[in-house]
Amino acid sequence: MSATGRRTRLRGRPLLHTSYASDLALFDTPAKRTSVGALLVLAVGLPFLLPDEVLQLLAVCCVAAIGAVGLGLVTGYAGQVSLGHAFFLAIGAYTAAAISGDPDGRVIGLGVTNILVWLPAAGLLAGLAGVLVAPLATRLRGLYLAIVTLGLVFIGQHVFSEWSALTGGAGVGRPAATLEFFGQPLAATGALGTRDQKLYWLMLLFLLVFALAAANLARSKVGRAFTAIRDRDIAAGVIGVNLARYKTIAFAVSSAYAGCAGALLYTVTGFFDPSSFSLLLSVQYIAMVLIGGAGTISGAIAGAFFITLLPRLTREMQAWVPFLSAQPNEVPNVFQVETILYGVLIIVFLIFEPRGLFGIWVRVRNYWKAWPFSY
Amino acid sequence: MTELLESVLRGLGTGSVYALLALGFVIIYKATRVISFAQPAFMLAGAVLVTYLAGPVGFWLAVPVAALLTAGLALGVERVAVRPMVGRPAFVVAIITLGVDVAVRVVVNGFIGLDVRHVGDPWGLRTVAIPGTGVDLQQRHLGALLATTVLIAALFAFFRFTRMGLAMRAAAYDQEAALAQGVSVGAVFALAWGLAGGLAAVAGTFAAAGASVDAGLWLIALTALPVIILGGLDSLPGAVVGGLAVGMIQELAATYQQHAPWLGGNVSVITPYVLMLLVLLVRPYGLFGTREVERV
Repeated sequence: MSATGRRTRLRGRPLLHTSYASDLALFDTPAKRTSVGALLVLAVGLPFLLPDEVLQLLAVCCVAAIGAVGLGLVTGYAGQVSLGHAFFLAIGAYTAAAISGDPDGRVIGLGVTNILVWLPAAGLLAGLAGVLVAPLATRLRGLYLAIVTLGLVFIGQHVFSEWSALTGGAGVGRPAATLEFFGQPLAATGALGTRDQKLYWLMLLFLLVFALAAANLARSKVGRAFTAIRDRDIAAGVIGVNLARYKTIAFAVSSAYAGCAGALLYTVTGFFDPSSFSLLLSVQYIAMVLIGGAGTISGAIAGAFFITLLPRLTREMQAWVPFLSAQPNEVPNVFQVETILYGVLIIVFLIFEPRGLFGIWVRVRNYWKAWPFSY
Repeated sequence: MTELLESVLRGLGTGSVYALLALGFVIIYKATRVISFAQPAFMLAGAVLVTYLAGPVGFWLAVPVAALLTAGLALGVERVAVRPMVGRPAFVVAIITLGVDVAVRVVVNGFIGLDVRHVGDPWGLRTVAIPGTGVDLQQRHLGALLATTVLIAALFAFFRFTRMGLAMRAAAYDQEAALAQGVSVGAVFALAWGLAGGLAAVAGTFAAAGASVDAGLWLIALTALPVIILGGLDSLPGAVVGGLAVGMIQELAATYQQHAPWLGGNVSVITPYVLMLLVLLVRPYGLFGTREVERV
């Protein structure tokens, strides 16, 4: 068999690689290429099938997935438990909102509405905040780090609710960043489609770019250093991984992802206030990563979609379970069920399927790989 | 001077609530190497139980009964959600307890409902004057401080003088060696969770004394997290000292914050977290915590 040609690939032996190029490919088997392609076609085509209301939700899912992929890099790949994701989301959201805000408005605004300015700025500033936290992260491990990052959320909430010149203050809030590209509004109904269709396509595009970047980072030298630190940091240090450097990189990249996600997250609804960035938001992101499957990019995306769609699903559940009320002042109501579900799903997944949704997929795949034999 | 003394005494009162909560965290951590994020839910559950029991049986009986019931709840949680996870990474178990906390709190909030609920404490907001100084001290803070002192004395005696206490210390020191010597590590885990649940219930009662029980009470329990980091995750004296210190610093910040208006109102809410960050920059394993040493 020649050592180069792609044509020497044997049918039914997808894992037999005959060239370095095919061994290094991101989607290395024909099945992966076909399924990713089909999924992409479906995702791009969805706006023609679904009503605007659902598309809006899916757009939020895509943005949440960007944040979850970021948290997956630091927690799933590098093993640094962060409960402070809400803080970095907030920094991104406020940076973007302040840059694109109305200069004559009630809150700080620079009036630069081009997305090419405020999105990188949000990522950069949140990334810098991540670097500032890193000195603590490099000295602490495990649960100490989890509690310290949890402290960030509380300090952040205080600052954001007090600094009303920037944030509008608790309960009031401010408009989110404007989606605009060199004078062209990106989220407005036009010839190309309705507002929600365009929003969805845009967010899907961002998700693709960020997810591919993360997947490539994860399989680079940096990503291997991350996994070495996660699996055994002392051993990693012994074989020459610079722990301080790579933990700082992990926090910086993850926070930059969070910053971009935070900047985009509220552009769909157009408005946000300091109470959005609470501990619950951090827990939701942790839940996304864990339910999806820690240490995988696709898992984080699946988890983000699952958690973001959960409220909608529990609303639908109300039609089937008549004793549930849709009124928040009656007991039991759908909001309680939704919150309990977060908790219970985390518990159930961690006990019964620690690899999350991704693990379920792996099991299904392995079953069909060996089919019709069960061993 | 009076102002300073009064806020220090107030701080000792709130600090003793933190100390009780922090003791619960540390006991669970020492026994199982896990931080239980479910403590806030237990604290809220305990306080709500007291509000229901105080009417029929009176405050003095309601508190121990609620503590026992909460301990039972904690035992159940340990059995169902934590025991299957023995041997898994500590972080995973900690996240599970986060899930438990969210789920339990929703149920407990359902029992709070829309009414204003009081724990029925005999003190309310009454104060007692300390003779000769002109310092007024709220009775509820005095009560919290006394209850904490008694409980801590009982706990330390339990760990020092009883068989089970010895077993807990052995399991905390080296689980495998303790198992080999016939200590039932499972019983130690269960007891640790039970103790933490009971302590959280008492803490919840005193946190709510003189005020009403509402869904926001659980946030007080989170202040115990900077406390245990400050004292060191695995130090019982650290939890007590840290709790009292954080309580005092918080009250001092509340008293004197008008001198630094740029910090914003309610700065006392975040002083524990800021303090935690500052201490960790100097001592990563807290004031009394054991430094992690790994042999390669």
